[in-house]
Amino acid sequence: MVSGACPACGTLVLVGEAFCEQCGHALGVAGCTACGAPAVGADGYCENCGMLQPSGRDHVEIELEIAAGVSDRGLRHSRNEDAMALTAAGTVAGTAAGTAAGTVAVGVVCDGVSTSLRPEEASQTAVDTAVAALAKQLGEGADPETATREAVRLAAEAVFALAEQGEDAPACTYVSAVVGGRQVTVGWVGDSRAYWLGSGSEVLTGDDATPGTHMLTAWLGADAGEVVPHIRTFTPDGPGVVLLCSDGLWNYYPEPATLAAVALNATPRAAAQRLVRLALEAGGHDNITVVVIPFGPGDQAEATVVFPKEQQ
Amino acid sequence: MTDFTMRVDQNKYLPAGSGEVHAIVTVEASGPIERAPTAEAAEIIIVDTSGSMSYDKIAEARKAARAAIDTLRDGVHFAVVAGNHEAQIVFPDRAALVPATPESRNAAREAVTRLVADGGTAMGRWLRRAADLFSDFQQAYPGAIKHAILLTDGKNEHEKAPEFAANLAYCTGKFVCDCRGVGVDWVVAELREIASTLLGSVMDIRRPEDLEADFRAMTQAAMGKTVADVALRLWTPRAAKLNFVKQVSPTLEDLTGRRTEVDALTGDYPTGAWGGESREYHINVRVPAGNVGQEMRAGLVRLVLPGTGEVLAKGNILAQWSDDPVQSTRINPRVAHYTGQQELASLIQEGLQARNDGDLDTATARLGKARGIAEKAGNEETAKLLDKVIEVDPDTGTARLRRDVDKADEIALDTRSVRTVRMRKDPEA
Repeated sequence: MVSGACPACGTLVLVGEAFCEQCGHALGVAGCTACGAPAVGADGYCENCGMLQPSGRDHVEIELEIAAGVSDRGLRHSRNEDAMALTAAGTVAGTAAGTAAGTVAVGVVCDGVSTSLRPEEASQTAVDTAVAALAKQLGEGADPETATREAVRLAAEAVFALAEQGEDAPACTYVSAVVGGRQVTVGWVGDSRAYWLGSGSEVLTGDDATPGTHMLTAWLGADAGEVVPHIRTFTPDGPGVVLLCSDGLWNYYPEPATLAAVALNATPRAAAQRLVRLALEAGGHDNITVVVIPFGPGDQAEATVVFPKEQQ
Repeated sequence: MTDFTMRVDQNKYLPAGSGEVHAIVTVEASGPIERAPTAEAAEIIIVDTSGSMSYDKIAEARKAARAAIDTLRDGVHFAVVAGNHEAQIVFPDRAALVPATPESRNAAREAVTRLVADGGTAMGRWLRRAADLFSDFQQAYPGAIKHAILLTDGKNEHEKAPEFAANLAYCTGKFVCDCRGVGVDWVVAELREIASTLLGSVMDIRRPEDLEADFRAMTQAAMGKTVADVALRLWTPRAAKLNFVKQVSPTLEDLTGRRTEVDALTGDYPTGAWGGESREYHINVRVPAGNVGQEMRAGLVRLVLPGTGEVLAKGNILAQWSDDPVQSTRINPRVAHYTGQQELASLIQEGLQARNDGDLDTATARLGKARGIAEKAGNEETAKLLDKVIEVDPDTGTARLRRDVDKADEIALDTRSVRTVRMRKDPEA
């Protein structure tokens, strides 16, 4: 069903598309998430196919000037146990290089462990705690690695505190990124991932899981023992995108090159929407959360030295 | 002003892969405490004056018609039609409805006294005459309540089936007609067809002397109507299949075939005029199966005045897919109750048909099963009538058809098979 042309670039767009697939222009019509008809009533039901539109955490989109995220329940789970948070933190006083300063983007993605109790509470608690801790630490001048370590510690404590006597402890994974200056710092526990997409696209994280399975070897939760995050700082040598995602995306599309082809050259929000849609079209078996943080030419312009690609 | 409320009873949870949605929609109209003198209304009394009505029947019919005339509120436009193989307006003396006044009521009573029984029976022609009178009235009073009473004692013998069908089709939507059969020589199926098409009721009047009270009650009920030509407007999703729309209370009435398209996804089903009353509808929609956790609106039900589009009440029929079998296998008690009521009516009608066809095994099986359902569901009147046709051994449960059955009992059982009872107790309340 073709509804017409994108007013910005003229590409044909489909009924219900919120953004032009070609240029990412916001089309201004929120179509039905099930059938695409631009006929969603005020009560949330599609007037064409009847489907209730996602609300609450079923489908969440966050858009900041510096980054965007989309989280979706997927097609097979009855609720969204993933959570995400995004914020812009103040100036970073000291980076590894000790020179660049400016606004940094902070993103956190946590994936509730389905076999635990109240996993959606664990993931939400973890992202809320972590993003607040990161913003505070960075604002107070901590370096990104220290801030990340502190954020994971506090998030782990908060999730630990959710456990009640006599039940399986709520649990979740963790991945965060601090993107700013000339560097990217990621931290993770579990199998949610961070990717660098751009020149030399690669996976920045290494899953805490038994290879070839989804058996986690590390997580946040009262039954997790001591939580020791992996932390890695990375200096890109050109513009690109830092992608954080839950396994609802990378189960279908693990290859950095594939993700890069979809995510680059689009607005962060359009990129996140496209990636979530790809995972839905591939089956949507799990909750899907995608956070896209551009590492822009602006940051690059400030860089006077080309750093080695990896510093750790 | 009459206030309408709508409530939907259903179990919205479906197992994965399923799309069968059942809902009971209850519409309640709370009428004004005092009669609504503002509602424009018209009433036509149609009395069978065929030869078979001679003696006591025509005498009682005259009394009944007079009782109806007396019950008319001042200002209600009315007429009296005498029917045999043709239709004659016996009051007023011209082809028009006249307002009820002390003088016009007296004149009408006088005219009714002169009714004589003679000739054949052609009900379609009587109804057509009434429809023309209502149509002229409708020009001047759009939105008025239009109601007719039809009384007969016999078969529709002097009108060929195609003519009758054409006449009935001509009348459809023009007025509401309640039908009364007196004695044992009328055919339940004929009056049921008229009443169904014209959104009215059928009742059997066993003794002619009961007519007067019944006519008075019927006219009173008609005078209590405050909103005419109400429709049930049903939206269903594009990919859905609407299996049926049935009124299930106070009587069973299949409305599925009565749909008027509003748009590609929406249709109107006529419900006639409303006073202070409550009716229930059973709607069955098949929707494409969704994913676990998804929720769909499987139907949007609105009560509307189609002329103006005014929405009087509305409700949602939902579907939500669940992987919890405890949720998805539960049957809503109200859906179960009315499914049982529909089965009961079918068993009675099929059983009586089989009995008349001489298929006694089928008749015994159907009516015996009906007796069991009637007792369980609380259809006391139906159970009593069934007992006059079938005998069930209380110890063994074995059913046996009675040899001598009063024809009047059989007619009563058939006529009243479409009357349902409400749930004895509401577990949700």
